[in-house]
Amino acid sequence: MYFCPYIDISMIKLSGIHKTYEGVQPLHVLKGIDLHIKKGEFVAIMGASGSGKSTLLNILGILDDYDEGEYLLDETPIRHLKEKKAAYYRNRMIGFIFQSFNLIAFKDAMENVALPLFYQGVSRRKRNELAMQYLEKVGLRDWAHHYPNELSGGQKQRVAIARALITQPRIILADEPTGALDSRTSVEVMELLKALHRQGMTIVVVTHESGVAYQTQKIVHIKDGLIERIEDNVDPSASPFGNGSVMK
Amino acid sequence: MDLLYEIWGSVMRNKMRTLATGIAVASGLFLLIVLQGAGNGIIHTFDRNRGGFSFDAIHVWGGWTSRAYDGMERGRRIVLDNRAEDMVNLRFPAETKGVTSIISQSGLTVSYGTEYLASVELEGIHPRYADMASLKIVRGRMIHDLDVAERRKVILLSEKREKELSPRGKSLLNEYLLLDGKYFLVVGLYEDDQMSSQTTLYTPYTTVQTLYGRGTAIDELMISGKGLDTEQKNELFETRLRQGLGKIHTFHPEDQSAVWIWNQARDNEQMNRASSILQISLWILGMLTLISGVVGVSNIMLISVKERTREFGIRKALGATPWNIIRMIIFESIVITGTFGYVGMFAGVAFCSYMDASVGNRTLDIGVDKLQYFVDPTVDISTCLWATLVMIVSGAVAGFFPAHKASSVKPIEALRA
Repeated sequence: MYFCPYIDISMIKLSGIHKTYEGVQPLHVLKGIDLHIKKGEFVAIMGASGSGKSTLLNILGILDDYDEGEYLLDETPIRHLKEKKAAYYRNRMIGFIFQSFNLIAFKDAMENVALPLFYQGVSRRKRNELAMQYLEKVGLRDWAHHYPNELSGGQKQRVAIARALITQPRIILADEPTGALDSRTSVEVMELLKALHRQGMTIVVVTHESGVAYQTQKIVHIKDGLIERIEDNVDPSASPFGNGSVMK
Repeated sequence: MDLLYEIWGSVMRNKMRTLATGIAVASGLFLLIVLQGAGNGIIHTFDRNRGGFSFDAIHVWGGWTSRAYDGMERGRRIVLDNRAEDMVNLRFPAETKGVTSIISQSGLTVSYGTEYLASVELEGIHPRYADMASLKIVRGRMIHDLDVAERRKVILLSEKREKELSPRGKSLLNEYLLLDGKYFLVVGLYEDDQMSSQTTLYTPYTTVQTLYGRGTAIDELMISGKGLDTEQKNELFETRLRQGLGKIHTFHPEDQSAVWIWNQARDNEQMNRASSILQISLWILGMLTLISGVVGVSNIMLISVKERTREFGIRKALGATPWNIIRMIIFESIVITGTFGYVGMFAGVAFCSYMDASVGNRTLDIGVDKLQYFVDPTVDISTCLWATLVMIVSGAVAGFFPAHKASSVKPIEALRA
């Protein structure tokens, strides 16, 4: 065990979250989720497709609203926010990492990383400078002026990670971060996330790959819109798939 | 500045499409400007061909009575005389800027040495005539009050006739011309207007009255009105003028044919109305063309927004507010419209200048005289400023619906796409 100073401070607190998608056939996706994630935790949310794990991540990321319950993000209640307020919280508190990277094609790596700061009104010089620093952290300084289509999948995901970090968010939300990567680059990306965790970042990863999930500290299994069980993964290196490998 | 940089990226991504739309806008503005320029050419031609008369002049001539009045029969000839001018000065100081008597003698011959001109008209005027009829003295001086008082034999000659009388180019200023057997001193040379084919020499009206035994008679009274800006005021003034003249010359105050009144201000108003109708219809035509360009921009922006749904989703996830997105699209639209609009505007202005240089000064030769038919077909700076405003507004309008669509994109839906 290593020392983590924030271990008892709550970062995410969900209680009784319900979500129904209206339609011809209303779909009750989340049926009362209670979840508590502490500051500095590295958590995986696992489940089959259709289990509601993506919906849960969208709610955590303030990309979607919920119908019932309470969500506290770093002690800030998140509910029925106006678009403007939601955008503000997303910008300041959350760093997103997506399966398909979601880089903007006509911007180079540096500009992509700098984009969140554009919406904070940071001057271009300042944000490009910061973007270069973060690109250096993910080892892509030399690739700063390459466009996404000139980067490999792993490199794109590292650019996306740099972009998620540049605003110094409270949590990182990663939606299948290795879903579009081969096993070697998947390892690279997971190592990067683990390194962030060691620096004290709270990270929530949604995945259906157990190889990814077992590299985290805590695995939340979701099934049919409910938390089936929460598994403490005391020693991530002792995963059934061995240290440093990701089962594809 | 930062926003421009953001827009630059997306504009450059679809160079061909942006260019195609831009051309639509540019041609719209080009047409708007060229139509305006051509319209101005026609309007300027109206103005020019209207000649030297100031536009608010009211002309009065004597006529024949159509009613018996004060014991006198109808069909009596009314000859205006010097009293008319005094009457107007006394009775209508508030409605008039100036009044001048005119008396002319035509069919004269003028000569200098062996050169001569026939069918010359000698027009007796008052010094005020210069302002009222915009007579421009190029060299020498205008006829002044002393000339009138002393009935001097002084004349004003036009520059064109000077050349005809003095083919070798000798200046005729301060030379004596022989006019109908009498010597007249040339005291000034005036600028020709393009219209008149007649040779007119100006002299004090008192001189004409004396030399031709006309007593105190005058042929015409020219009045320049003041504050007669409505149809009603003009009508009232004409009625009262007729009454006033009736008192002096003893005719029925409502006798329409005893004096003939031609009010240029009223004609002028109609002319102005015609001009403004022309101008407005040209604006409308230009605007319609521009609208088709703007609709094109709007369409392109809509397609572009649809294509970029994912991008907006990403931007929103990263913290863009709806207003950020709306602003970006509207700005993009304004930038496209504005940039290409200016290209069209400059092309239009250049084309107008070309028209001005090529046909602007061409004259139509109608034998006895020359007519300019296309004067100064250019647009002024205010048209350009208006066009700029129109472009910005239309750019914003073109961008509004696409922007609204873009801002209502839900980030999760966009990211799923």
